[in-house]
Amino acid sequence: MNAIDIRGATKVFNPGKSNQVEALAEIDLAVEPGEFITLIGPSGCGKSTLLRLIASLISPSTGTVQVNAKPAEQARLDRDYGMAFQTAGLFDWRTVTKNIELPLELMGWSKGNRRRRAAEMLELVKLSDFSKHHPSELSGGMQQRVAIARALAFSPSLLLMDEPFGALDEMTREHMQDELLRIWKETGTTVVFVTHSIPEAVYLSTRVVVMSPRPGTIASTIGVGLGDRSAATRDDPAFFRKVTEVRTALRKVEE
Amino acid sequence: MPNTHAGADMGIGAETDDPLVREHRIKQQAAQELRRDAVVRIVRQTVTFVVFLGLLAGLYTGYKAFGQAIDDRQHDWAVVGSVLPRTDDLNMPPVGEIFGQFLETPGGQNQIYVKILFDEALFTLREAFAGFMVGLVIGMAIALALAQWRRIEQGLLPYVIASQTIPLIAIAPIIVIWGRKNFDVFPWEWQDWMSVSIIATYLTFFPVAVNGLRGLQSPRPENQELMDSYAANWVQTLWRLRLPASLPYLFAALKIAATASIVGAIVGEISSGVEGGLGRRILREAFNYTTGPDRLFASVLGAAVLGIFVFLVVTGVERLVVGRQDRGATA
Ligand SMILES: Nc1ncnc2c1ncn2[C@@H]1O[C@H](COP(=O)(O)OP(=O)(O)OP(=O)(O)O)[C@@H](O)[C@H]1O
Ligand SMILES: [Mg+2]
Repeated sequence: MNAIDIRGATKVFNPGKSNQVEALAEIDLAVEPGEFITLIGPSGCGKSTLLRLIASLISPSTGTVQVNAKPAEQARLDRDYGMAFQTAGLFDWRTVTKNIELPLELMGWSKGNRRRRAAEMLELVKLSDFSKHHPSELSGGMQQRVAIARALAFSPSLLLMDEPFGALDEMTREHMQDELLRIWKETGTTVVFVTHSIPEAVYLSTRVVVMSPRPGTIASTIGVGLGDRSAATRDDPAFFRKVTEVRTALRKVEE
Repeated sequence: MPNTHAGADMGIGAETDDPLVREHRIKQQAAQELRRDAVVRIVRQTVTFVVFLGLLAGLYTGYKAFGQAIDDRQHDWAVVGSVLPRTDDLNMPPVGEIFGQFLETPGGQNQIYVKILFDEALFTLREAFAGFMVGLVIGMAIALALAQWRRIEQGLLPYVIASQTIPLIAIAPIIVIWGRKNFDVFPWEWQDWMSVSIIATYLTFFPVAVNGLRGLQSPRPENQELMDSYAANWVQTLWRLRLPASLPYLFAALKIAATASIVGAIVGEISSGVEGGLGRRILREAFNYTTGPDRLFASVLGAAVLGIFVFLVVTGVERLVVGRQDRGATA
């Protein structure tokens, strides 16, 4: 059973109107459970749109999207996935803990269980000291970590992330990448991750999906296979070869 | 030494290495500073207010003294006595007498004036509060409907705005008459003061509806998408996202609405003849102006105090509910 199965999906925004946009053309993509997939491609090629299709926040114009062998809509209703957006999107009237508890509240968890899980998640993203703070009191990177903790709080089998580290400085970014890989390994979650950074894509994923400019299609997929990552990986010649491979593929689609 | 804890705290000193202890101390200090800041702020605001009142009274008294000195009855000075009021005791009773009036017992009464005003202010406050609460509910209901159905927003909003152009003085007596004759559909007996409340409702619902709508629409698209990704239903999204996000907007409206509902209640009493409140009091003192001008001034001051009071109450509730200022959904 595939974690994600997309067949012939297209997306046209505002069809028939003067502002019609053909965002995605004929996407076919299958993702196996436990994979870490990154989507990379020129700005406006439809990466966020594809992620929203998987999340069933929008529906495809044609074609089908299946998550965990059921329609994406059903997967959303079953809360099969957690999502982290490009902006952290925390609610500032809630404390850090209460933000992480939000999905658990909606799922009817008891107060004690929510507290316990939020504490665990804060431990995971190393923010235990800030449980009672409000988001506006945190740095951008810390907010992003809270958002990731919130997305992981109910142990979804699928994690959808749209440039979650885009706003972070290089050091924090690399640290967060290692954190994310650790969490991914510990939880066995399937991840679909959108990024603009080639090294980030190569460092994180088992497979890099390169998309063409609008209307977005999948130009190529590149298996990475670098094994367990560590600080040494970033200096590994094999790592650089993969970076070059992805860059070449991106150059080709931009022509 | 009352307990070992205090001793331990003292023994650790400022250069402790235990980060937990250090954090605890920093937190305590911050909390202490916060409390001190709050006290300082309240004291400063109060002092500013008193100084401001003093300045106002000084200006009033100074102008009066100036007018008396140049004898504004004799000369027709360009400003004093023509554009600005004449300064004799009938037109401008001395400040001392206005305030002195509060402690006097008017003829035919057995209570001092400030007590009478207080009771009447309570009566007006009740009218205004009842109307305010109903206006809040109606305003939010309209805001919710407008936020939910775009088409209604375009259709209904012009009427909501047009409703505010009808002169209050015209509708107040009508509502009282309707109330006496027709409002027997309610399970309770309709009282005249309830008609005045309707005026307060009328003034409250509008800012609440307009600002409430803006507040309910204030969450960013990704906040809404987050709730959708959790398959949250309409009520959950309202309760956990839209309503909390709307609170800062709502309270801005409620501050306007609270004072407006007092003004509405007073105007309503005056134009409808409802007895027992500040509006009626002000009208009566206006009739008796020649024999007691200071009482009219005193009763108007009473109305001002009531307006400030309700404003402060709303501000206090805001502090309790919203906590710190400008909390919104962050990026
Ligand atoms: N709700 C919408 N309505 C109309 N057009 C849209 C909508 N969402 C996206 N688009 C259009 O679809 C195209 C793809 O957008 P999308 O956000 O998926 O790109 P992206 O690959 O995520 O870009 P970026 O890397 O800049 O985030 C763009 O041309 C965009 O203008
Ligand atoms: Mg995007």
